[in-house]
Order: sequence, then structure tokens, then C-alpha cells
Amino acid sequence: MTARIGVVTFPGTLDDKDSLRAVRTAGAEPVSLWHRDKDLKQVDAVVLAGGFSYGDYLRAGAIARFSPVMETIIEQAKAGLPVLGICNGFQILTEAHLLPGGMLQNNHLHFICREQKLRVETSGTAWTADYTAGQEIHIPLKNMDGRYVAEERVLDELEAEGRVAFRYLDVNPNGSLRDIAGITNAAGNVVGLMPHPEHAVEPLVGTGRTDGLGFFTSILKKLVNA
Amino acid sequence: MARVVVDVMLKPEILDPQGQAVQRALPRLGFEGIADVRQGKRFELEVEGPVDDAALARINEMAETFLANTVIEDFTVKVEEPK
Repeated sequence: MTARIGVVTFPGTLDDKDSLRAVRTAGAEPVSLWHRDKDLKQVDAVVLAGGFSYGDYLRAGAIARFSPVMETIIEQAKAGLPVLGICNGFQILTEAHLLPGGMLQNNHLHFICREQKLRVETSGTAWTADYTAGQEIHIPLKNMDGRYVAEERVLDELEAEGRVAFRYLDVNPNGSLRDIAGITNAAGNVVGLMPHPEHAVEPLVGTGRTDGLGFFTSILKKLVNA
Repeated sequence: MARVVVDVMLKPEILDPQGQAVQRALPRLGFEGIADVRQGKRFELEVEGPVDDAALARINEMAETFLANTVIEDFTVKVEEPK
């Protein structure tokens, strides 16, 4: 039996279909989850996809964080459920305090959409085991609120514990402190990043590369071998 | 009905590019002498019933958990006097 990986749809989510497709492309069973259901349909892992949940009103991810489905996800993530937050999903994870720091508007105040070079800084998470630390990948980046901020003390702690999972290379596209593109929690099961691996899993679309597929094959291997 | 105002501002150490954009536009519009601008959010809450200590405690809790993200923002709660 393969692993079941859930993808949550909030009102305003845009990338749930691509995320479901990426899960299927990696060989896992995609399961749609709905924001108003507390039930996670016995999935083995969850992807919070990109978009503008609840219109990003108040703050990006702030209202989604209090949805019924998030109540269950927050509880289970603390108990070890693997969760990947992409873009708006990353914003939801910081609002839920499953990941430290916060997300603010890009420092240049423009929406950005580009192919972004990243360095995968750690293979020690549930979602990055198929990469090697230091590996450079190209995946799409598209957001308005992508500027990662945290107190100096928190940034130092993240660096010291090897929890900066992804860093922007060549260009810092949004003013994120220390070029941080994504982070992980201490246990390595909760990972968030702004760029979109789910848009780079097939050569025909996205960047023309499949650099994002490793996120989904990483989690699949971990779950199947567990 | 009593009104309670919650003001939310980015923490002072966090860059506010929107405020900077406003500040930079001012001289062009003929408004001189403004050294810095920071932009925030204002929430006006119309409260049912008396604004007593218990009601204010609930509003503080609301501001802390929802209206502001205290990782990146500070907030103040003020009771507005009826006119």
C-alpha cells in the first residue's frame, strides 16, 4: 500500500490541484481535505498549498490558521504528522506558531513571479531526504507576502540548529532576513517555504525541470519505509 | 454602545516598506519635514454591554491571538470616550 497525502483546500487556495498532481506524480495517493472538516481522512501527511486563503484578509494565513481543519493539523503536527506548507501554507504555519517568525509584504511592494534558485540546506527533514545538503534547485516563486522575518535571537537559533532548510541564491527576491526561503521545526516533520516545488514536477510545465519532485518522493519514501 | 479601538503596528525593529513609500512621496506632494512614516492597522470594536475589566480582558486576548501577530506586531487597546 502506498501513502495517503492530504492537500487542504481553503477558500482562496490556488495550488491545491497542482499539489494533488505532484503527490500522484511521486507515486502517493492524493487526498483532498476541506477547510471546514476537522477530519483528516486518515492521511499520513498533509500539504498546505499556495494561494490566498480567506483573501489574505487581516494577514496572510491569519484566518486560515483558525479553521476547523487546522485545529486537527496543529494538534497532529505537534505529535509528529508531516506537514509541508508552500507559500500561503508557509504563512499559515507561522501564523499557527508551528514554525517561528512571520511573513510580511515583499520589501519592494510588488507581486513577484520568477524562476528562483535555491539551496537546500538540510536533508534532515521529512520533506527533503531525497536532496543532499547544499544541493541547488530551480523552482518557481510567486508571492506578495514573502519576506521572512524573526528576531535575531530566533534567527541565530535556527542557524545553529540547522533549521534554515532553504536559502535564496543569486537574488534575494523579497527582503527575507538572511536569505531564508524556508525553515523546519526542530523535529523535522513541519517544513515551510515560499517557492513552489509542486509547480516543478514534470518537464513539460513550470521551469521545465523536475527539481520540486524530491519533496514528494522524500515524504513518500519516509512513509512507506516507516 | 461603547467603542474600543485596537491599534496594531509592526514592531519598531521590523522594516515597513509601505510606510517608507508614503514617506518618500511626501516631499513631492509639498509636505516637508516628515522624517519617518510607519503604517499600521486600526480596528474599531463596537462592544455590546459594559466595557468593564472582564470585557477588556477578552478584547486583549482577542488582539493578542487574532488581531495582531505578536511575533511581528505590537498592539494597544483604548476605550473611546462617548462624544
